[in-house]
Amino acid sequence: MKMTYREAIRQAMFDALAADPRVFLMGEDVGRYGGSYACSKGFLEEFGAERIRDTPLSELGFVGAGIGAALGGLRPIVEVMTVNFSLLALDQIVNTAAALRHMSGGQFSVPLVLRMATGAGRQLAAQHSHSLENWYAHIPGIRVLAPATIGDARGMLAPALADPDPVVIFEHAQLYNLEGALPDDWRCDIATAAVRREGTDVSLITYGGSLPKVFAAAEQLAAEGIDAEVIDLRVLRPLDTETIAASLRKTHKAVVVDEGWKSGSLAAEVMARLVEECFYDLDAPPARVCSEEVPIPYARHMEEAALPQVPKIVSAVKQVIGK
Amino acid sequence: MDENELRTVVIATLKTIAPEVEEGDLRADRPLRNQVDLDSMDWLNILIGLHQKLQVDIPEADYARLVTLGDVLDYLRKKLK
Amino acid sequence: MIEFKLPSLGADMDEGKLLEWKVRPGDTVKKGQVVAIVDTSKAAVDVEIWCEGTVFELLTEPDETIPVGTVMATLLEAGESAETAKRAPRAAPAPKAAATPSHPGPLPRHGGEGIVSGRRRVSPAARKHAEELGVDIETVAGSGPEGAVTLADVEQAAAAAKVSPTRTAAVTDKVADKAAEMRRAIAAAMGRSKREIPHYYLSEPVPMRRATEWLAQANEGRPITARLLMAVLQLKAVALALRKFPEMNGYFRDGAFQPATAAHIGVAISLRQGGLIAPAIHDVGEKSLEQLMLDLADLVKRARAGSLRSSEMSDPTITVTNLGEQGVAAVYGVIYPPQVALVGFGRIGEQPWVENNALGVMPVATASLAADHRVSDGHRGALFLAALRDQLQEPEKL
Repeated sequence: MKMTYREAIRQAMFDALAADPRVFLMGEDVGRYGGSYACSKGFLEEFGAERIRDTPLSELGFVGAGIGAALGGLRPIVEVMTVNFSLLALDQIVNTAAALRHMSGGQFSVPLVLRMATGAGRQLAAQHSHSLENWYAHIPGIRVLAPATIGDARGMLAPALADPDPVVIFEHAQLYNLEGALPDDWRCDIATAAVRREGTDVSLITYGGSLPKVFAAAEQLAAEGIDAEVIDLRVLRPLDTETIAASLRKTHKAVVVDEGWKSGSLAAEVMARLVEECFYDLDAPPARVCSEEVPIPYARHMEEAALPQVPKIVSAVKQVIGK
Repeated sequence: MDENELRTVVIATLKTIAPEVEEGDLRADRPLRNQVDLDSMDWLNILIGLHQKLQVDIPEADYARLVTLGDVLDYLRKKLK
Repeated sequence: MIEFKLPSLGADMDEGKLLEWKVRPGDTVKKGQVVAIVDTSKAAVDVEIWCEGTVFELLTEPDETIPVGTVMATLLEAGESAETAKRAPRAAPAPKAAATPSHPGPLPRHGGEGIVSGRRRVSPAARKHAEELGVDIETVAGSGPEGAVTLADVEQAAAAAKVSPTRTAAVTDKVADKAAEMRRAIAAAMGRSKREIPHYYLSEPVPMRRATEWLAQANEGRPITARLLMAVLQLKAVALALRKFPEMNGYFRDGAFQPATAAHIGVAISLRQGGLIAPAIHDVGEKSLEQLMLDLADLVKRARAGSLRSSEMSDPTITVTNLGEQGVAAVYGVIYPPQVALVGFGRIGEQPWVENNALGVMPVATASLAADHRVSDGHRGALFLAALRDQLQEPEKL
């Protein structure tokens, strides 16, 4: 069945709301407006104002309220419009949600799901376009997911809600309009990385909004006789080191594609693990394609130039391979 | 010095110059320098070696008579008498 | 501060392995002193130093393989102390433990200086796999980024090695490696020669009666240990003939001919384990036949024992080869770059010969010349061979 990424997210939430009365959705414009990305269109009518709650523009406040609801036994889905805005709620997420199980000696758990859009590419400039997944992937106590396919958009929410601890789900804003086939069995785990394309010459490791670009690069490389393997990290914390290491042991070369900035990036973490785990399997220094280290520009040509793009990926691969 | 001792000395001297030589491979009736890769410097050094071990003088005029291993053994035997 | 660098000991040498230092820090050294033994692909060579001073620091460790031009040691000049030397700026840091690829390929460059430093680029996977397969990583050419040796390079090298059946015991391995290395070195030098040098070839039958008779007579009165070989007469004759033909003697370097002031004749010596080496006898024109005989005997002995000196390896100004020893009638040689000529002698054999309108029998040897057409022409080459022939007609003057 063909559907958009947006529709897959919507169906996942619809199912969750329908299946479990403890589940409710809260966030800016999720109710009357149907969600800034239209992921909850019609929900207010279907499930009522008790369970589909529009909030004031206060991330600190409504994320904190979500944590309280979770502590009280509900299963909140809290939507934050973009990762940039989530910084206002970092105190609640890092100091409270992520820490409570530890600080209470296991007495409290926070079964909260926090969804937020991330990434650039829509000319929304420096306050709405950043990729800060690595900030969250740094924090023990939370699980961080990055669905990049229709299947994962559809499948990841249920296990996230079932997780007794906080889960942050990053939806790249460029993916909402992505259309593709929903696999028959879209149920999935939230623990492993996935090999999206098998190859023998180089491992392209990526996640989220960069996955379609990496697929395009892999196609272009295939036409030139370079057989790339594509790894979708899916779960940014805890990282599935085994899957990427297994791929590298096969291809011996790696290019990590990450829309975050290079310095302190997830790509850096992946590379560090590759070197720790697979040093003697490396046949070339691993390479990274990341965003330029500037606040994401507004002007289209500059925004495009700042982000990882297919030609950059292709050329990084060729450099690693020595062609 | 008997025949065997003499032969042993000659082969040993030959081996100082051409260590790869196997005694069993040498035909006593064939020209030595065809069987063993010896240039004139090698040949001179072998004769010098024999001269030193056996105290035999070998004038250059006699070189022509020393073609095969058999020739060399005959020549030396006569000289040693 | 004097820098002692690894000299090139021949056109086919681009790196060497230090086997042993013959000096220690604090030792004073004289011109011509042997300071180190370095293994080239051809032989273990005693490397001499050509300046005087006191050894300050040894920068290369034994068993290190280093490119030609690497600073191996520093020396203090007279009047210099360790303190003043330390303060003196050093132009380029010695590339410690450096080994550049011995095969063509882009070299890693650091900064703007274009100085090659650090160790050779070998990917970790390639290094590990080479160990598993028993491939000597230093012999593998790199095709990866910046000339790095990759897995594929190792696999290719291993596959190539399987084809050659010489990899059984460790000892035969070493001998086979050495032989293969020498083969490669010869291939490189001779390949370069044939690519770069427009050879022309001339030959001339040289009557050898006078020379053989003179030699027989000269040897008659000598103890066997003092006897001369015809090769010595031939070498001296070449050296004397060269005096009038300087364009056969010297080097072609950087697009220009540099004539040599003396005849240092490289003598082609075949090694019993295979391969060839052509170290020099110095100043052949100035030496007596007796001295040349001593030098030649010594050189052959040391060449075969693998203990030649760096100056012998690096400065032949012309090469003489005597394949006549193996019975061939004539030899047309390949010039050893950067030299510009090679003289060959075939066997001395009896031939019908017309002399004074009468047919007779004459011992004859064919002398040949391979020369560099960028430097000389056939006309001059022909005159040179004629001069060589004439020299051999007057053996008493040699």
